[in-house]
Amino acid sequence: MKRRPVLLTAAGVALLPPARATPEAMASAIRSFTGGAPLREGKVQLDVAPLVDNGNTVPVTLSVPGAPPAEVAALALFNERNPLSDVLRVDFGPRAAARSVSTRIRLATSQQLVAVARLADGSCWSQRVEVVVTLAACIE
Amino acid sequence: MRACAAALMALAALAAAAQPLPDGRRSGFEFMGESTQAMQRDDALNPGMLWVLEGEAAWSQPVGAEGHSCAGCHGAARQSMRGVAARYPAFDAALQRPVDLRQRIANCRRKLQPQALAPGDEPQALALEAYVAFQSRGLPITPPADPRLEPARERGRRLFHQRLGQLDLACSDCHETHAGRRLGGSPIPQAHPTGYPIYRLEWQSLGSLQRRLRSCLSGVRAEPFAWGAPEWIELELFLAWRARGMLLESPAVRP
Amino acid sequence: MARTLITAPSSARRGEAITLRVLLQHPMESGFRVGADGRLLARDIVRRFSCSYNGERVVAVELFPAVAANPYLEFSALALDSGTLDFVWEGDHGFQHREQRTISVT
Repeated sequence: MKRRPVLLTAAGVALLPPARATPEAMASAIRSFTGGAPLREGKVQLDVAPLVDNGNTVPVTLSVPGAPPAEVAALALFNERNPLSDVLRVDFGPRAAARSVSTRIRLATSQQLVAVARLADGSCWSQRVEVVVTLAACIE
Repeated sequence: MRACAAALMALAALAAAAQPLPDGRRSGFEFMGESTQAMQRDDALNPGMLWVLEGEAAWSQPVGAEGHSCAGCHGAARQSMRGVAARYPAFDAALQRPVDLRQRIANCRRKLQPQALAPGDEPQALALEAYVAFQSRGLPITPPADPRLEPARERGRRLFHQRLGQLDLACSDCHETHAGRRLGGSPIPQAHPTGYPIYRLEWQSLGSLQRRLRSCLSGVRAEPFAWGAPEWIELELFLAWRARGMLLESPAVRP
Repeated sequence: MARTLITAPSSARRGEAITLRVLLQHPMESGFRVGADGRLLARDIVRRFSCSYNGERVVAVELFPAVAANPYLEFSALALDSGTLDFVWEGDHGFQHREQRTISVT
């Protein structure tokens, strides 16, 4: 059995491009949010442009038009190909009104985003959206 | 109610900025996606406004041994700085050459505080530039009809059409011949400086026209001129003349 | 002293849902970027944001490096009584910033 020689210096490690998250890592991150409850499609809505101007700042909005606000405990957003699967997690308190949050995120490349809503009864709902990200033409 | 009217006027001006001029000139705003446009239109969303707020605070801040501030000489920026950014670069009689807004502010600051402001996008210089430019939002770019600017402006025009760098491209190759087409998936705008200093999504920060021009030169694999080199002002002069009459959107958001 | 831009109504009707928008000036250095010298730039992000209304929780947000620089958040609160809105950001290297806004509810 041949062994490939591996040369890793500290500088070499620093120069390696960041590892990409895998679909398994995303599934695992989602599980940590859902507590293992089965994921069903529906109820939660993810608004994001299908083709973004720049992956560094992508506006997104998560909302749950499919359930009365009082029923929605938390929202989370996950991605498939950034170095980390988690993007954002939001817990709603007694003074929250609509179960909705808008923010701006970073996307390393074209990929799938998954929004998940966890309801008060423990059930979890998701929506998946594919986003196309192109590189800026003139970068420093 | 005055504030309301002013806000409405600014909104109307921005809406006007979104329409192409009869000669076909269009602001970079029109080449952006809807969500990026929304980011610029709404002051609550526009990250550039963070720098405008910072500039507003710096405007009244006493500096130097005698504790002078911008406000001490210039009063309320809303009145005294209105229209200023729209007519820069301008000829500086003391220095006997054209200067852009950043240099004008830096020169002024240096009188109050001799060791202030080194070249580059230092935070406070940028914040002041953003605050002053913001006072001209909605106003048309109005290059001064000053004959002393002509030689530099002409050099700028030649630079704009000069092939540069390993990619051997002139500004006009992308921004005139191929404006509206796509490069690497992104639309190529017409390169009108309608919103500087801009919050560039690529930088995730506010930056000056000079910074943007530098990255253009890097983009064609040319060595950028030194910070503050006359070539930048010559280009800025030409670009301002080329964009004359277009409305300022400062601080704009751009990809 | 981090700069913020907070858009919150100063008054509302009882029972109204109000929109709160907060923008914080912060680099949100992801920890995955490499600097000009080839070395990794250390992570420096805001990790948590929370908003309370007269001491009661509106939202608690956990932010990760995928949130863009100068983080923006928009969410909704129920205006039930006059009082104070508290905004708190916390992050790496002991970063902490608080802001308050008052609201009058009739």
